[in-house]
Amino acid sequence: MIPPDVKQNGETLLYLEDVSVSFDGFKALNKLGLDVKRGEMRAIIGPNGAGKSTMMDVITGKTRPDEGRVLFGNVDLTQHDEAAIANLGIGRKFQKPTVFENHSVWENLELALRSNRSPLKALFWKASAKDNAKINDTLELTKLEDLRFSRAANLSHGQKQWLEIGMLLMQEPELLLVDEPVAGMTDSETEKTASLLKTIAGKKSVVVVEHDMDFIQALGVRVTVLHEGSVLAEGSLDAVQKNPRVIEVYLGR
Amino acid sequence: MANTGIFNRSALVFLFALGLAAVAVPLLNLVVPSENVLHLPDYLVTLLGKYLCFALLALSVDLVWGFCGILSLGHGAFFALGGYAMGMYLMRQIGARGVYGNPNLPDFMVFLNWPSLPWYWQGFEFFPFAMVMVLLAPGLLALVFGWFAFRSRVTGVYLSIITQAMTYALLLAFFRNDMGFGGNNGLTDFKDILGFNIQAAGVRAVLFSLSALAVGLCFIAARGIVLSKLGLVIAGIRDAEPRVRFLGYRAEHYKLFVFVVSALMAGIAGALYVPQVGIINPSEFAPANSIEAVIWVAFGGRGTLWGAALGAIVINAAKSWFTGALPEAWLYVLGFLFIAVTLFMPKGLAGSFAGWSNLKKTSATPLPTPEMAE
Repeated sequence: MIPPDVKQNGETLLYLEDVSVSFDGFKALNKLGLDVKRGEMRAIIGPNGAGKSTMMDVITGKTRPDEGRVLFGNVDLTQHDEAAIANLGIGRKFQKPTVFENHSVWENLELALRSNRSPLKALFWKASAKDNAKINDTLELTKLEDLRFSRAANLSHGQKQWLEIGMLLMQEPELLLVDEPVAGMTDSETEKTASLLKTIAGKKSVVVVEHDMDFIQALGVRVTVLHEGSVLAEGSLDAVQKNPRVIEVYLGR
Repeated sequence: MANTGIFNRSALVFLFALGLAAVAVPLLNLVVPSENVLHLPDYLVTLLGKYLCFALLALSVDLVWGFCGILSLGHGAFFALGGYAMGMYLMRQIGARGVYGNPNLPDFMVFLNWPSLPWYWQGFEFFPFAMVMVLLAPGLLALVFGWFAFRSRVTGVYLSIITQAMTYALLLAFFRNDMGFGGNNGLTDFKDILGFNIQAAGVRAVLFSLSALAVGLCFIAARGIVLSKLGLVIAGIRDAEPRVRFLGYRAEHYKLFVFVVSALMAGIAGALYVPQVGIINPSEFAPANSIEAVIWVAFGGRGTLWGAALGAIVINAAKSWFTGALPEAWLYVLGFLFIAVTLFMPKGLAGSFAGWSNLKKTSATPLPTPEMAE
């Protein structure tokens, strides 16, 4: 089922091949291919409707591809649902910050904390000293220490983005999918987010979807340009920005 | 913080009031002589007991709706199933004292010329078996229904509609004579419970106290659930279901868990209701009953548990008074109440109480922290 060339290549963590998805005749993804190495950070850019979010949906099990292969290590992701994929080690940050607004910052992180996800285990779950230490570490990393007992609804937009990234870290995933992490952030917040993501990469693989070119410049990683559901160009940011096809897509025909 | 933990201040007040009622009502009825102004007449004991059963139903609705966002418009079905299981036991207790004097068959079966007791009535002469069925019948229905509904990710209005369809289908089924549950007359004419005369004041008083005990225990259990990590997950499902799934929780399993627990509570409520009112018939499955239970919860305060129970008691007390004094006006009053609560008290009675007490606290302490307002 899994071709030997993929199996042998221990470097690749996420592998997409010829993935196509269409909604009512509209091809959201068209034979998309992607190869993300273990520990690599990759930026995905592309105009609206290029298929960035659909790609995230396919990887996280929200959308089933019509055809193509989606592999995470040796696991075929098209055979699993969102919860199973999350437990395999893929964390996702949504485009619109999605945290539990009625829960405190602490409770949000507690829910995300890696643990047995069965209802009965959750009913009798008690935080250990180790769990509390992990939550405290993440609070520190995301600069939310002073807001730990605040309702998440009372956080600023940027703080919500950070909380969601913090929740992602609590899951201890192998791969983080981060959709527009700096939308609505101030310049200094954007800078801090870039350095936060850079500290995460290396240990984990990170796929970042972003429109903010300065932010991607600050990340300094390999960039994949999507257009009409397929890969248009791939390489360093400078290289893709000089690519005539990319210029044409971004600046109009 | 004083406001956390299962036994916070409002929970203790609620449990104390329940405990007080459980002791005072039987005393005022049985010990205080009937000439005394403080004497509680027999009919009031049953009436109050009935309110407590409705309070338990409201509690169960609040658990799924207030905390997990599942707006069930069919919880009356679980209540009625618990009631029928108890009713079947009470029917078997009648024995040969029925109108037809048949020791093995309830009157309606003799009337329908049934030769023998159908298989699904077997065992109901044993009280423990009947009590297991009180839990098993609603629990199993909730498990099967919930498994299909939540697995198919039916949510919101669509789920509400199919819960409504579920209770309506059961209403139609139980109306049929050949179902073997007494058709539209249901089960009634009960004589004994555990060998005691069901009409006796003492038995009524015990049933009242047991109802109060059931409300109290289910309240504590529900508090335990909503304050656990599981409670955080279900509230997360209510507020942002995709987030819960992408964190690796199987939302459908969590929904199923609370839905079944809630159905069990509704079943217990129904089982306590039937011996006190003396009848169970298919009208308990009527969709309007389930909708009314939702109104009690909205009125009392969604997501507060004690508020839901209080809402059920207050509305039903008002209903008793209005249907006596101004029978035509009741439905208008109920409709008006629902609109008024939605507009002016979106958090219900409980929310308004909390608002007033916070207002007092804020005026007393000059610098409230945002956490205190919670």
